[in-house]
Amino acid sequence: MTYLPNVLFAVVLIAAIGYFAKNVGRLRRNINLGKDVDVSDNRKERWQNMVRIALGQSKMVVRPVAGLLHIIVYVGFIIINIEVLEIIIDGLLGTHRVFAPLGAAYDFLIGSFEILAFLVIVSVVAFWIRRNVIKLRRFLKPEMKGWPKKDGNLILYIELVLMLLFLTMNAADYQLQQLGAEHYTKAGAFPVSQFMAQLMEGMSISSLVILERAAWWLHIVGILFFLNYLYFSKHLHILLAFPNTFYGRVTPKGKFKNLEAVTAEVKLMLDPNADPFAAPAEDAAEPDKFGASDVRDLNWVQLLNAYTCTECGRCTDECPANQTGKKLSPRKIMMDTRDRLEEVGKNMDQDKGEFKDDGKQLLDDYITREELWACTTCNACVEACPVSIDPLSIIMDMRQYLVMEQSAAPTELNNMMSNIENNGAPWPYNQMDRLNWVNE
Amino acid sequence: MSELKVKTMEAFMAEGKQPEILFWVGSAGSFDDRAKKISRAFVKLLNKANVDFAVLGTEESCTGDVAKRAGNEFLFQMQAMMNIEVLNGYEIKRIVTCDPHSFNTIKNEYPELGGNYEILHHTQYLKELMDAGRLQIEGETFKGKRITFHDPCYLGRANSVFEAPRQALEKTNATLVEMKRHKRTALCCGAGGAQMFKEPEKGDMDINVMRTQDALETNPDIIATGCPYCNTMMTDGIKAHEKEDKVTVLDVAELLANS
Repeated sequence: MTYLPNVLFAVVLIAAIGYFAKNVGRLRRNINLGKDVDVSDNRKERWQNMVRIALGQSKMVVRPVAGLLHIIVYVGFIIINIEVLEIIIDGLLGTHRVFAPLGAAYDFLIGSFEILAFLVIVSVVAFWIRRNVIKLRRFLKPEMKGWPKKDGNLILYIELVLMLLFLTMNAADYQLQQLGAEHYTKAGAFPVSQFMAQLMEGMSISSLVILERAAWWLHIVGILFFLNYLYFSKHLHILLAFPNTFYGRVTPKGKFKNLEAVTAEVKLMLDPNADPFAAPAEDAAEPDKFGASDVRDLNWVQLLNAYTCTECGRCTDECPANQTGKKLSPRKIMMDTRDRLEEVGKNMDQDKGEFKDDGKQLLDDYITREELWACTTCNACVEACPVSIDPLSIIMDMRQYLVMEQSAAPTELNNMMSNIENNGAPWPYNQMDRLNWVNE
Repeated sequence: MSELKVKTMEAFMAEGKQPEILFWVGSAGSFDDRAKKISRAFVKLLNKANVDFAVLGTEESCTGDVAKRAGNEFLFQMQAMMNIEVLNGYEIKRIVTCDPHSFNTIKNEYPELGGNYEILHHTQYLKELMDAGRLQIEGETFKGKRITFHDPCYLGRANSVFEAPRQALEKTNATLVEMKRHKRTALCCGAGGAQMFKEPEKGDMDINVMRTQDALETNPDIIATGCPYCNTMMTDGIKAHEKEDKVTVLDVAELLANS
């Protein structure tokens, strides 16, 4: 009987990690539905970017209030996880506060966890107020209606509850230590929970043990639930921000990729020795589709971008088109890409990994042409993203599809392009007049 | 009134000489009435500094940048490769342009297609000339005026060139004032991504009007630009705000040429 809690704990732990691993597998599969892209260059700069932007939160603090609050929650999250390690060992071995022999260091650790937990609670409350009371513009955009809004609040509630459980557990533990209860060795410093412990004065040892155990179990089960919540939430960024900043852009923002398939064809067209009537080789590969109309036309880094997006909306807030009331919202581009990718993934899950045409695609069914044509390619969204997401690259790939596969550019742009084709300038002026400005 | 000395690459070739630098005029600089004045102001400065420069003249063609941003990769690469053939034929090493869009595509997108050149934005080159003592600016005309510089997206955010235009402007002895959003967070003028050539999508304001508002909040006498398209957008924005009597929009080259 005495081993029952240990066994139960092991079962819960394995089930939680197992389910999480299964979803990580799905995540990998979905991201790999994207086209291959070479990211083996600039390793050093990539590591530096990851350390500076993800680990160091360098772009978060561009907005100081949100940045500071976020750093508190982030640091709290990482450091308090050291405590989770102890909880897991205790749970499996049936020990209590197994790190206690660390002595003064242990007191310091527990003390800092408590202060951090308190600061996290303060920050989470501030975040909730920003989302629900102050009603910041970027949290009220149309794409934030429904699940995205609920998701944002749920994360805050879960974090709040986890921190309160952590402190309740410590408070009860502290009280038990004071009462000299068996099994509860004197260890740890409780700068925050000692005040909560005052509320527990007068409680019997047995009720305190029940309270301590309940908080302990709910806390760890809550953490395992939160771990599994990630895959279904924008909160996935806590893991994916790291690879995403690593694989993010290392070239100037103005450099858009040149399509290699086009280069080959253009070279052929400009080659005076090429035979214009030559039939394509028998074994010639199917020509590439130009641009993107669905998620599988994007590359895997763009798909990773979509899963990394935490819908903070800084991109949309900085977007000149969005600020002037146009439909384009770079955040929506990322959310749509993720939603469609999830839909494609589920479609494949239903049929042993085979995708069955569902008559839908990213273009039109999720992202409208009006949104795509409103972009000024100014890179404000890319600059604003705290985790190196590039919504502009998706917009550009979809424009390429519209123009090169569908000839569906706005009429004025078609005129501009035929001017370039005919006379080498976007306006209908003769190339022979190119130097007239000198004498005017 | 042609007091400008402009020589084509063809003429240099005929003399068996190489210029110090090639001035890439760009389509706007060649054909747009407003931008032509910028080209002329820049050449005036080049002449003043006795720079041995060439233009491609009728051999120059659209860089293809705007086609690429519109999604037409074919047309872009056709244009790029034709230009690269001309540039490589003349063994061009160093290019300067007044257009950040040409600057960006030649700097970042031409190399993979076989075009490797050192390219400078005209504000960078003007600064180089002034630093070397080749170009002297009296700095009288605009003394005491308030100038605010609007960062072109494809110069600033896209290529991290923020200081050269500002340092060049300092030579005018004007007071430089910054808009609230500047450098990395500067708002676009609204012309990029081929928007220059189409009507904007439905919204509740035009981007250039919003950006001009940013500029007007600094209470400037002059809005300085470093891009022919920004220049047009800001000029239109000033008109929308009915401030054309009070505020002028001038390129950095025009400001220096008249200082």
